[in-house]
Amino acid sequence: MELLWFILIIIVLGVFFVLDGYDFGTGIIHLFFAKKEKDKEVISKAAGLFWDSNEVWLVAGGGMLFMAFPLLYASAFSGFYLPLIMILWLIVFRAIGLEFRSQFNYQMWRDIWDKSFGISSLLLALFFGIALGNVVRGVNLGGVTDGVNTYAEYYFFAPLWDSSFSPLAENPGVIDWFTITIGLISVVTLALHGANWIILKTNSSINEKLKTVVFRLNIVLVGLTIFSLAKWHLINPTPFKNFIEKPYLFALPLLYFGSIFGLFFVKKFKKETHAFYLSSLLILGGITSSVASMFPVVLPSTNSINPSLTIYNTATTEYGFSVAIIWGVVGFTLLFVYLIAQKRLLGGKIDDMEYGH
Amino acid sequence: MEEMLFYNRLQFAFTITFHYIFPQLTMGLALIIVYLKWKYLRKDDERYNNAAHFFMKIFAINFTMGVVTGIPMEFQFGTNWAEFSKLTGNIIGQTLAMEGMFSFFLESSFLVLFIFGEKLMSKKMHFFMAFLVFLGSWLSGWFILATNAWMQHPVGYEILEDGVFVLTDFVAMFTNPWLIPAFLHNQLASVVTSSFVVASIGAFYILRKKHLEYGQMFLKTGVVFGLVASLLLAFPTGDWNAKNVAKYQPATFAAMEGIFETEEGGTELIFIGQPNMEKKRIDNKIAIPNILSFLTYSAWDQEIKGMNEFPPEDLPDNIPALYYSYRIMVGLGTIFIAVMSLAAFFLWRKKLHLKRGLLWVIMFLVPFPYIANITGWYTAELGRQPFLVYGLLRTSEGISPTVSSGNTLFTLLGFVGLYLLLGLLFLLLVSKAVFEGPKSHSH
Repeated sequence: MELLWFILIIIVLGVFFVLDGYDFGTGIIHLFFAKKEKDKEVISKAAGLFWDSNEVWLVAGGGMLFMAFPLLYASAFSGFYLPLIMILWLIVFRAIGLEFRSQFNYQMWRDIWDKSFGISSLLLALFFGIALGNVVRGVNLGGVTDGVNTYAEYYFFAPLWDSSFSPLAENPGVIDWFTITIGLISVVTLALHGANWIILKTNSSINEKLKTVVFRLNIVLVGLTIFSLAKWHLINPTPFKNFIEKPYLFALPLLYFGSIFGLFFVKKFKKETHAFYLSSLLILGGITSSVASMFPVVLPSTNSINPSLTIYNTATTEYGFSVAIIWGVVGFTLLFVYLIAQKRLLGGKIDDMEYGH
Repeated sequence: MEEMLFYNRLQFAFTITFHYIFPQLTMGLALIIVYLKWKYLRKDDERYNNAAHFFMKIFAINFTMGVVTGIPMEFQFGTNWAEFSKLTGNIIGQTLAMEGMFSFFLESSFLVLFIFGEKLMSKKMHFFMAFLVFLGSWLSGWFILATNAWMQHPVGYEILEDGVFVLTDFVAMFTNPWLIPAFLHNQLASVVTSSFVVASIGAFYILRKKHLEYGQMFLKTGVVFGLVASLLLAFPTGDWNAKNVAKYQPATFAAMEGIFETEEGGTELIFIGQPNMEKKRIDNKIAIPNILSFLTYSAWDQEIKGMNEFPPEDLPDNIPALYYSYRIMVGLGTIFIAVMSLAAFFLWRKKLHLKRGLLWVIMFLVPFPYIANITGWYTAELGRQPFLVYGLLRTSEGISPTVSSGNTLFTLLGFVGLYLLLGLLFLLLVSKAVFEGPKSHSH
């Protein structure tokens, strides 16, 4: 049951990063590449129509995490207090940036909200990547200082940074060179994902240029990935253990590398959906590979005194899991029905569509 | 420790108060939009459809605000109330996860389809979209109320040796005797807010002599919904909730009614007066003997326990705030019934649009249902103190042990600044929509 719910949560959060990921990416592309007013308008609409129904996957994932692994929820959310609250603030700026830009027809008003959307999308992509980096690296569970616990063994408090910016510090901060690397991988990945989304959903004048952007970002992504993998052994000495024990898990990193490889041919694709599907698989592959290499640990302990948090020592009761599976099946079916219904009804290019307005 | 508790409570109170400005309108307004779409289907009068679109625009602004201020509520269970989440997540995690999965999804997906998809579907289908938005918003209220009802009156649980609450009966969470009355009362209160908003915009259009046909329609719709909902709010649902408090939280009942000492031969109902916590009495009191006993137990001489009968550490920790919140809610509710009855009378005589004085009153009454809703929630939440889970888990035991008061103050200040900005933008955009008025959506 723990494993089943864990997989379900990873699927929901994975879908969140694929769906809201293109909104973040759209924001990043908007910030750096959209120059003409017409492009700006259609590009923010490509995110604006969907952001709130995409964000519900985060709410659903958060709720499921709370239900299934309450101790993990309590520990991680209080431990990553400052970055999480800042993510909430950024989500506000992203949302109002998208919703409010077209409310008044003044250049200044639009510029303010375009910047609000773009900058907060960029920072959100960075922060979510840093968050993943922190989960992979682990935290100082129990707040151990000089070999003594400060808190109960499952609590911690991550400072924003440690003066050494090293993932190997006694009480590593949210930001260190390793987590920043993962953060940059996230920014690059989501930017190219967002570019693919814009190409798919709009007739903007920069579509052709964006294919070149995707190609170049892909090169950067290869570099960052190689760097992070070369240093991975510092934060997890046995990253391949699970893969060697269960070789079918190799499918996950294969998904990641296969998608990167495929994206180099972005200019040759006949259908625009191909590139978007590839970057979606890239995101899913990256997240699931990281999670699979840690399993069953979900939050590693960086000290040798307290045990890591796993899906087993943070789970709810058997009864809780079994009643939740009943409503969960209904809920999951509905989630995917909504998703498909919405994508079908609002399919096609945004600027080709005629709306009720 | 004291400071940590104080800032955590202040941040939660501030963020939830601001958040609840928005859902209380959207839940009720969704119902009114369904009604307008239904009228459009029945009468095939374009104006009803335009009105539905106009209110959906206001709904959408409120919904965006509700989403961005609602996610911090879900997060804060973990960030600021980690011990509470750890101890009760097995139970309230169920209802909160269901809220995210069922209701929030429904609302956000179909709101987009309602606004942008009318040309892609039939009239009936578009009505159905409005209905699904309504269903989503009310289900959301249902799951949140189920969570709160469990905290007010815990059922279907067992406490393990380490203090962790585990669920033993899932169905009990939804048959909780606290839930149905609280849910109905809350939803009706939401309908009152939205009817006042609708009626107020109608009154504004008539007084300003703009969009007159819509002014009449909004006024009529708002007054009819408002009268029915404010009557049902007082009786039976308000009465039912008060009886639940008397039954399950007698200490809270004594505090909110201002009963310091048990009275022999029946308890008085206090209308006005200020609690004097130092001398343990109500100053400047106006009260009628025996009425409270009668209202609560239908028996004039029924004894009601005063605050003196409970250990001080189990009494709510801010009795005056609880006492005033309760009185503000009840007082405003009474005013709403009076104003809406008068308006309904003139509506029936077809003279309401000529009664300019009354229209001014209706227009300016619009902030007060918001105040009544919020003070109603303050009554419930201050009344539950000093517990998070009534009688079982104290509020002081629920906070995150790792988050210092300085960090919480930092984020609280951030929320205050951000929400000030949001509030100003909200007023700007809603005013703009109201000034522009309904537009034609004919094909």
